[in-house]
Amino acid sequence: MIVTEDLSKLFGDFLAVDGVTLNIRAGEVLALLGPNGAGKTTTVRMLTSVLSPTHGWARVAGYDVVTQANKVRAAVGILTEQHGLYSRMPGDEYLDFFGQLYGLDASTRQKRINQLFSLFGLQATRNQRIGEYSKGMRQKLALARAMLHDPPVLLLDEPTSAMDPESARLVRDSIHELRSAERAIVICTHNLAEAEELADQIAIIRHGKIIVRGSPNYLKHSLLGAAEYEVKLAVSLNGNSPNLPTGAQLTSLGSDWFRFQVNQPEVINPQLLATLLSDGFPIISLHEVPRSLEQLYLQAIQAPDESNRSHA
Amino acid sequence: MKAIGRMLNQLRPALVITRREVRDQFRDWRIIIPIIVLTLIFPWLMNFTARQLVNFVESYGAPIIGDRLIPFLLMIVGFFPISISLVIALESFVGEKERHSIEPLISSPLRNWQLYFGKLLASLAPPLLAAYLGICVYLVGVYRQVGWVPDMMLLIQILALTAVQSLVMVSGAVVISSQTTSTRAANLLASFIIIPMVLLIQAESIIMFWGNYAVLWWAIFGQIIIAILLIRTGVAHFNREELLGREFDTLNIRWAWAKFSSDFVGNAKSPLDWIVHEIPKSFRRLITPVILVTSILLLATIIGGTQASRFQLPIDAFNLENLGAGFLEGLDEIRFFSIGSIGTIWLHNLRVIALATLLGIFSFAVLGIIVLMLPMMLIGYFTATVASAGISPWLFLTAFVLPHGVLEIPAIIIAGAAVLRMGAVLAAPSKNTTIGEAWLNALSDWSRVMIAIVLPLLLAAAVLEVFITPQMAIIIFGN
Repeated sequence: MIVTEDLSKLFGDFLAVDGVTLNIRAGEVLALLGPNGAGKTTTVRMLTSVLSPTHGWARVAGYDVVTQANKVRAAVGILTEQHGLYSRMPGDEYLDFFGQLYGLDASTRQKRINQLFSLFGLQATRNQRIGEYSKGMRQKLALARAMLHDPPVLLLDEPTSAMDPESARLVRDSIHELRSAERAIVICTHNLAEAEELADQIAIIRHGKIIVRGSPNYLKHSLLGAAEYEVKLAVSLNGNSPNLPTGAQLTSLGSDWFRFQVNQPEVINPQLLATLLSDGFPIISLHEVPRSLEQLYLQAIQAPDESNRSHA
Repeated sequence: MKAIGRMLNQLRPALVITRREVRDQFRDWRIIIPIIVLTLIFPWLMNFTARQLVNFVESYGAPIIGDRLIPFLLMIVGFFPISISLVIALESFVGEKERHSIEPLISSPLRNWQLYFGKLLASLAPPLLAAYLGICVYLVGVYRQVGWVPDMMLLIQILALTAVQSLVMVSGAVVISSQTTSTRAANLLASFIIIPMVLLIQAESIIMFWGNYAVLWWAIFGQIIIAILLIRTGVAHFNREELLGREFDTLNIRWAWAKFSSDFVGNAKSPLDWIVHEIPKSFRRLITPVILVTSILLLATIIGGTQASRFQLPIDAFNLENLGAGFLEGLDEIRFFSIGSIGTIWLHNLRVIALATLLGIFSFAVLGIIVLMLPMMLIGYFTATVASAGISPWLFLTAFVLPHGVLEIPAIIIAGAAVLRMGAVLAAPSKNTTIGEAWLNALSDWSRVMIAIVLPLLLAAAVLEVFITPQMAIIIFGN
């Protein structure tokens, strides 16, 4: 649904996006992560045919972003970082206006507006001026605008920022539903927990370049190394290291617990349990140490810049 | 029929934009209140003024002033409400950018021209409607109070003038908006529209008091050309890349100077190298403008010639058989011919070029070229006048124009071409350069030809005008 190859954007002599290659299928969610100014917004703008790539190409919903720009824009729903709502306009009039711009007929517009207002719990305020909306309500209205024409591709910049937990859950559920409805979705976010929950693919962008990309599990494995496990014992280790089978590597040690990394847990872990028991260590628990996306993100972002870009 | 349907279909999204913007304006009291005041209260005030002044000037036996004043106030009543169109346009274009509401719009399947046209119409329609309503209120009032009914042609002229003035201001505001990211910066730059517009209104006021209303058609025609150029420029710059690409309003003087000086010097390693290799490059870039300016100046000469029958000089004014200092001084008085020192003549010509350049910068070269047309019109006028007095126009040209004109006219053409290019790069920017880069490049070409060609040519022409032309005139026409 979204395919890009070596997509680059140069502003003067500043390379904002450098050779981004992506492939997002229908029913997939990609979380585009990266520090401020990394090139996320410029990438999204190129995918909406708002900016033309300086180099490379992109096809969105089957259309070329340069030669079929208007078809691309008609096929994309976008939630921009700044919502850009018209404060003097009532909410329903606002959606109706955008419905007209996307070429929806009057009855479809009405139907979609009703659906979206009820989905986001905005029915009671639909006739109110947007200036009177709370921050969260504005965010929902902007999201409703992006979904209004039921586009096959959604590009969402911080979809749950400024929302209370209940509203954020509502939006995340909507994104899950959209994914089930075979929509291709790109989310730019700094909310890593949200990215982990929603994304099938994660791409981390730094200085305009995608530095890592893949499923959350794949990235954790490839960036953070082998899975880590913790064993809790019923007795003290008295400062001695436990006897570990080959393939398990001790990473930390406590009075009655220790952690180890292992590449083949399905083979090594049973051996390790058997060894511990035979050595007289009664075991309370063995579990995988959860690794957050934050660890992964920080590791990727803080790694030395090996790319040869910054200024062209 | 199909084509009209397709066109209307394409126009629909633009009208959706217009409708939203107009509704939004009517929700803003800052726009509504001035429109009401300028539509209803101001024309009433003008009625009152007209009546008082007509009574006053009649009591002193000068009814002609009253006759001129009423149409003049009609024009002013139309102008005041459209002055709001400038504010609306700045708010509509740059305000939307500033509030970031432009991004959802440009992410929709709107074409650039649809967005531009929709906003242009929204900025024009309410103030123009208010202006026409104000004119109606004024006309009804002035009819009831002094029984004045406008001539139909004058009314059409005022309505057209009001519309084109509004169009010029709005299209100018779009150009300004495309170069700024905040309404504050845009308001500051709006003086580039307000000041020329005020000068224009003053010129139109003179025409109105002069009472030669036919001249208003020229004002309308000139403004239509300016509006077309501004719209052309606006459409060229009103695109998604430009709207989102510009993040800051910083004036980078160091960069501008570096760009200008690098373009000015080019690849030259010495002044001689610069003259031999770089000046021809600039001249080559000016070939099309040179052809255009030559044609325009030729046209100006012909126009000047056609005016000889309208504005006739007394026959004895051309008693060339008794040619002497008095006659030459007479020609000097009307700036046709200078008999001052070399420095005076040279500085006078430089002043004209400087004025043409300055006016050209504000008007896409239009006013600059008009300034350069004036001496050529004068040449045409005098040539035709002496021809009608039975004197050979060729001899007249050979005696009074050619000796120094052979250098001065090419200098004027080249200077005019450089001014024209500076205007043209604004109206038709190149795809690969920013408007600033293109303009600085045109400015460097202007500076190059001024220093290397125009100034020396004008100096040489001044020498010829002092030493050769009077001698030539006396040889040919003297006793």
